[in-house]
Amino acid sequence: MTRQQVLDLYFLDARCKLIDLAAFLDRVDRAPGEADFRLAAFRQALRELERPGPQRAKQVLLAFSDPTTQPIAKATTKAACGAWPGKATGDPG
Amino acid sequence: MACVAWPPDRQLECTPPVRTANPTLLPLAPDMRYIEPHAHMVSRVTDDYLDLATAGCQAVCEPAFWAGFDRSSVDGFYDYFCQLTEHEPKRAARFGLAHFCWLCINPKESEDLKLADEVLAVIPQFLARPGVLGIGEIGLNKNSKNELAVLERHIDLAAAHDQMILVHTPHLEDKLKGTRLIIDALKSDRRVRPERVIIDHVEEHTVELVLQAGFWAGMTLYPESKCTPARAIDLLERYGTERIWMNSACDWGVSVPLAVPRTALEMRKRGHTVEAIDKVIYQNPLEFLSQCPKFRLG
Repeated sequence: MTRQQVLDLYFLDARCKLIDLAAFLDRVDRAPGEADFRLAAFRQALRELERPGPQRAKQVLLAFSDPTTQPIAKATTKAACGAWPGKATGDPG
Repeated sequence: MACVAWPPDRQLECTPPVRTANPTLLPLAPDMRYIEPHAHMVSRVTDDYLDLATAGCQAVCEPAFWAGFDRSSVDGFYDYFCQLTEHEPKRAARFGLAHFCWLCINPKESEDLKLADEVLAVIPQFLARPGVLGIGEIGLNKNSKNELAVLERHIDLAAAHDQMILVHTPHLEDKLKGTRLIIDALKSDRRVRPERVIIDHVEEHTVELVLQAGFWAGMTLYPESKCTPARAIDLLERYGTERIWMNSACDWGVSVPLAVPRTALEMRKRGHTVEAIDKVIYQNPLEFLSQCPKFRLG
């Protein structure tokens, strides 16, 4: 596909998602109380969008990922929350 | 104007493709074929079987899965394996669909080592059943020591019984670490042949790890996590179409049973040929799954 064709096919969809991201951040700002590690990871991931190069999706995923290599002692939940808490807490894993 | 034939090895009588206002919109041929290599049909209604068959699905493969709640004993797994090997194939056959399955205890229930060992002990009596393709979907969920121990026991079971393997990789923030641990576990058992293992749910940060290690890679098409259709096609365009497939992994959660044919439609919009699409959604799963002699269509 040419760049023009990519824009024809995906621009409106991407524009919609970008506005949703902006509205999400506005919603978070309006809400009372403290944020947690997920918002910090989200802001880190947003910075990846402005970096040059062809690996933005990969870099966003890495920004949310647990970078440690050893198994944890015990699974205390089945669910994933979307961001690694250790990055905010400084836990080296 | 040439006809767009589907599949490419079959001659069709068809009318010329309809031109639309958007030149990127190309119609799919009416007899598209595909294999759904990962779907949890026990969680789906019968209408979904009708939709799959209508869309050109030739076969559906169902890995053993977490029910959304923990089963209380090995008896629950025994009944589930009977459902997968006896009842579900009959349900699929009503719509002309071949049904195959993979057996295991899912990593979400692997923290309890005693239960896991009990389940592992009953699996061999099911392995010779006609629709059983191998051990799966095994893997990791939260990357715990017990999950890893149960994964290694599943790998040993598969190797001891010369079974193929289908691997689940963890969700979201746990995927990268889990994929690395899984690859290490598979590579550490010299009996495992990577070409007989598919590692599923790859994304942009894990696909290279899987393909470079010699395994097959599965892309799961989900609306909210894993790969969207657009991103899955991006991965195909960047990493090629060898040793890779797409699946819906439809289950009791947010998922789309027709995700594979819908992604095929999007590939067509992006200018992929019918031959290229057929390779990804039909030929590739056929090639991998046919390594099990029990996988036969029609």
